[in-house]
Amino acid sequence: MKCDRCNKPAVVHQVIIKGDQHREIHLCALHAKEAGVPNPGNQLGKHSPGHSLTPRSKMPTCPGCGTSFSRIRKDSLFGCPTCYDTFGKGVDIMIERSQGGATHHVGRGPSGSERDVARRFESRRLVEELEQAVRAEQYERAAELKAKLTELADHPHTDGGES
Amino acid sequence: MSEPSTDDLTTSESLDEDVVLSSRARLARNVAKLPFVHRSTTDQRREAMTRVQPALESDAAAEPTSWIDLETATSMQRRLLFEQHLISRQHADAKGPRAVAVSSDQALSVMVNEEDHVRMHAMAPGLQPGLCFERIRTFDAAIEPQVEWAFHERWGYQSACATNTGTGIRFSAMLHLPALRITRELEKVRQAAKDLHLAVRGYYGEGSESSGNFYQVSNQITLGCSEEELLDRFVNTIVPGIIDYERSARQVLLRRNRIAVEDRIDRDLAILSSAKLLKVDEAMRRLSSVRLGRCLDIVKTPSLQVINRLFQEIQAGHLQNAAAKKLSPEESQAARAELVRKHIGHH
Repeated sequence: MKCDRCNKPAVVHQVIIKGDQHREIHLCALHAKEAGVPNPGNQLGKHSPGHSLTPRSKMPTCPGCGTSFSRIRKDSLFGCPTCYDTFGKGVDIMIERSQGGATHHVGRGPSGSERDVARRFESRRLVEELEQAVRAEQYERAAELKAKLTELADHPHTDGGES
Repeated sequence: MSEPSTDDLTTSESLDEDVVLSSRARLARNVAKLPFVHRSTTDQRREAMTRVQPALESDAAAEPTSWIDLETATSMQRRLLFEQHLISRQHADAKGPRAVAVSSDQALSVMVNEEDHVRMHAMAPGLQPGLCFERIRTFDAAIEPQVEWAFHERWGYQSACATNTGTGIRFSAMLHLPALRITRELEKVRQAAKDLHLAVRGYYGEGSESSGNFYQVSNQITLGCSEEELLDRFVNTIVPGIIDYERSARQVLLRRNRIAVEDRIDRDLAILSSAKLLKVDEAMRRLSSVRLGRCLDIVKTPSLQVINRLFQEIQAGHLQNAAAKKLSPEESQAARAELVRKHIGHH
């Protein structure tokens, strides 16, 4: 693994986790010092709060293929289908940037039915919205969303349960 | 080399062949529960092949294809397939288990273990991406029940690269844009293409340079629109705009200095008619000029189809295949010049 700022080998590897997003930093000794990031090789145990110093071998990797997210970003290639579900927002950002901001598939699926794909996506969207409504204690909205979900499950051939 | 048959000499203005050499539709698919090709072991690549090959060869396949194992194919065979646009350069030069299945008319090919486990292409002359789409869709639909593809509820068909995720479909057209290059308007096309989320590549696709003033234009977005929407946008909005731009540039050239245009084209024709040695770059450049002349009715013969075919047949792999032996660089140049004289000479 090379330093993010030069071609020297990185000796400091950081994973910064904020909410459901994570960011990886790899620096050589010189740039780690410049950035004020402690080098665990000579300052073990002196890291500042908020920085989780993680040994290289413990960086998060995809359970399907063992690929780290930094490798995916570097190669611009996913390792396997499981990578899509492993790296959360990182994957969302990577795909949406590559696809002009598109956020989900529209079109054929393995069943050959475009409606099936659209329905599954709508169902997922409604569930997410329902969870948000419950967290915000918007119970009337939650009831509406629950009714829509029931409608969608009972009448799978109507679009989005809006009929 | 056989004389061109007459059955394919019919021209159709509706196919916009004065500007569009060919069209293609491609689908990217990956086998479920396996790592993508670049993270696969040799055994996993073989596993992908053993899942795909029976589906292609089954009676349920929409049309028969011939399976070519590229690991055991000779470099000359691989080069020929590449020059025919049936496989990519990356697929020709890679190592390890990989294959291509080709239809009898060589207008449909399935690359196995390229960047994705499967990449299916259908090609057609002129502007016919809809025809290509119908063919590849029918082919894909027949395979789908037999192979489980990696599919994500939100992201659609999963690909190794985020740029292919979703429908996995890419439409492309090989455009001949000599007038836009001469009038230095190509940069505007590139910028407009970028704004419209289009990729502009060279004669041999990704990573290749333009040769003979050919540019491959394709959609970059594969997610968030249905296959039909992407096709509609490509056929009815994107490509016609570039075709009209090239045609206008051709008329501008003629209006500005018709005699200079004719002089340039006739000189190129004269050299092609008499040269004894031709390097491929020179042949492509002068053939491009003659093609422009044919479309502007400055050159009367040969037909556009014969000129189009020469762009492919003058490539080193085709020349070696015709000679049935490996040719030295000078032998290649001589064989190329002889082939061109045969079709262009005595005009």
